[in-house]
Amino acid sequence: MATNFRELIQIPVGAWVESGVDWVQNNLAGPLDAFAAGVGFLADALEGLLLFLPDWILAPLIIAFAWWRVGWRFGVFATIAMVLIAAMGLWRETMQTLALVIGASIIALAAGLPLGIAMARRDGVATVVRPVLDFMQTMPPFVYLIPAAIFFGLGKVPGTIATVIFAMPPAVRLTNLGIRQVSQENVEAGLAFGCTSRQLLYKVQIPLAMPSIMAGINQTIMLALSMVVIASMIGAGGLGNTVLTGIQRLDVGLGFEGGLGVVFLAILLDRMTQSFGLRRRRD
Amino acid sequence: MSAKIRVENLYKVFGPDPDEGMRLLEQGFDKEAIFEKTGNTVGVRDASFEIEEGEIFVVMGLSGSGKSTIVRMLNRLIDATSGRVLIGDRDVNSMSRNELIDLRRRDMSMVFQSFALMPHKTVLQNAAFGLEVAGVDQASREERAMKALDQVGLKANARSYPDELSGGMQQRVGLARALAVDPSIMLMDEAFSALDPLIRTEMQDELVALQREHRRTIVFISHDLDEAMRIGDRIAIMQGGAVVQVGTPEEIVSNPANEYVRSFFYGVDVTRVYNAADIADRRQVTVLERPGVSMRSALERLHASNRDLAVVLDRDQHYLGTVTAESLAAQIDGDGEPRYADAFVNDLEPVEAATPLADVVARSAANWYPLPVVDDQGQYLGSITRAAVLRTLDRSGEE
Repeated sequence: MATNFRELIQIPVGAWVESGVDWVQNNLAGPLDAFAAGVGFLADALEGLLLFLPDWILAPLIIAFAWWRVGWRFGVFATIAMVLIAAMGLWRETMQTLALVIGASIIALAAGLPLGIAMARRDGVATVVRPVLDFMQTMPPFVYLIPAAIFFGLGKVPGTIATVIFAMPPAVRLTNLGIRQVSQENVEAGLAFGCTSRQLLYKVQIPLAMPSIMAGINQTIMLALSMVVIASMIGAGGLGNTVLTGIQRLDVGLGFEGGLGVVFLAILLDRMTQSFGLRRRRD
Repeated sequence: MSAKIRVENLYKVFGPDPDEGMRLLEQGFDKEAIFEKTGNTVGVRDASFEIEEGEIFVVMGLSGSGKSTIVRMLNRLIDATSGRVLIGDRDVNSMSRNELIDLRRRDMSMVFQSFALMPHKTVLQNAAFGLEVAGVDQASREERAMKALDQVGLKANARSYPDELSGGMQQRVGLARALAVDPSIMLMDEAFSALDPLIRTEMQDELVALQREHRRTIVFISHDLDEAMRIGDRIAIMQGGAVVQVGTPEEIVSNPANEYVRSFFYGVDVTRVYNAADIADRRQVTVLERPGVSMRSALERLHASNRDLAVVLDRDQHYLGTVTAESLAAQIDGDGEPRYADAFVNDLEPVEAATPLADVVARSAANWYPLPVVDDQGQYLGSITRAAVLRTLDRSGEE
């Protein structure tokens, strides 16, 4: 009698994944390098831009933007947040994190929005993509770090790529959902007045799905922020690094300062991206 | 008039295997049996009718009778399972994608029950939607949209957004959007059903008024018989996917094809179905006023036919007045040259042919004499007696 199941049947899932990763590494090195170079360029450009501007120019710009998009109260909050971040000496780290979030979000949206549209228009695509999204969202984010590090080494590039994978699903899902939820009569109206299928998409479906699409974009950005912190474990840098150092040294103060920076960034990004989801007219 | 739209043996079966549904229909199975056997739903079954150019054709039926499906097969928002829809001599079902888009842009527009406006566009942009899709440049499409908004009385609201308007106004935008492309055919799917009753009546009247200025072929879907009677030149009644009767409102009221059609009339107000011309008859004695024919001979004719009054017409059949035996005798026996004009009964203005029965009832109640009915040229068509009014009113309570 076998004492447990494992002695009867062994399925080496882990080994398969390993050999798959090996295969990719050996055979797709060229495309992977090109991809990494592209991502690296984007990440460096964004970080360079945000760090090129001194804090006394960039902070007022961010504050003014918060004031304009959300309101004066939020402008006051943004001012406090900016002053605290600078005073804690975390300006550079915060901007690095922001650059990573923006870079990863741009890539995630560039891939995710068209994918969501394709899902909405073709049931076949939706059937294939949905389980992949489920997989991407439920797999613990740390797991992405391993293949990302194997393929792309350490640094911003694997950090950005792991973040893209983790952050993309909501943009895909909510784009798909938003387009599918456009009322049947609105779609019929588009068709009855002679829309081609492209016109139907751009003149009826996407505009009417906009609130949902914007919610997806907001979610993607927020997830990107949370993943960027985790990605510091493979050397993505930024505020995550501060938190990580705090943990390694059991330095409560440093960990808290890094965490506070992340929270400020999260609130700022959330409220400012949400403000684009509200329909704006005649202001 | 010629047929603008011809529907020939049109079928629609929804479900997993429409062909199987069609086969069973041919074998004579009914809707319920087919659904049980195959899971297919018969939406429309062997519908055939013609819609004349320039008429308001109402397709009426309860929900699930297939009326919305049928109207969507006219512009092929829904593909027919079998049968033909001919617009002029072109079959919609065999059009290519591009031909179909052309047809929808040029010849047909549609008004929807829930308005289906674009919330992110202004009223003007909504009205211009069909033209925008067709690639008309901004300046001329806005000019044409503005004209359409003017027709429905919304010019002042052109810069508003749909959610700032009441339901009635939103549907006016829907109507303007359909009018702006200047189509020869307008499909209206329960267009006024979401509006409250007062606004609904107002919109119905407005549609009829618009139709007077510019005759389009309108296919109007409705579940409301009063609405169908009010605006329809002809009505098709649908039951369980089949067209059970096509006819004018009068034909359908006076000669319903079956119990289902008859059942619609419980509670229908016949005073809105009939107009003065429908119940006028020519049984009154008429005399022509012309030189050389004396009034005395008219009086003799009245005595001979044992009647009390006569309608006086001129040579072209125009109505002049009504005389009684008494007033004629008084004129003949009186001083001076007898004249018909002096013998006319006072206060008996003729009614126009198109006057609704509701107004005739009031006039009839106030007048002892039969009411003369004239057409828009003033020519005499007949008279309405009190008995005729009462008979017609009584019919509504027949069942």
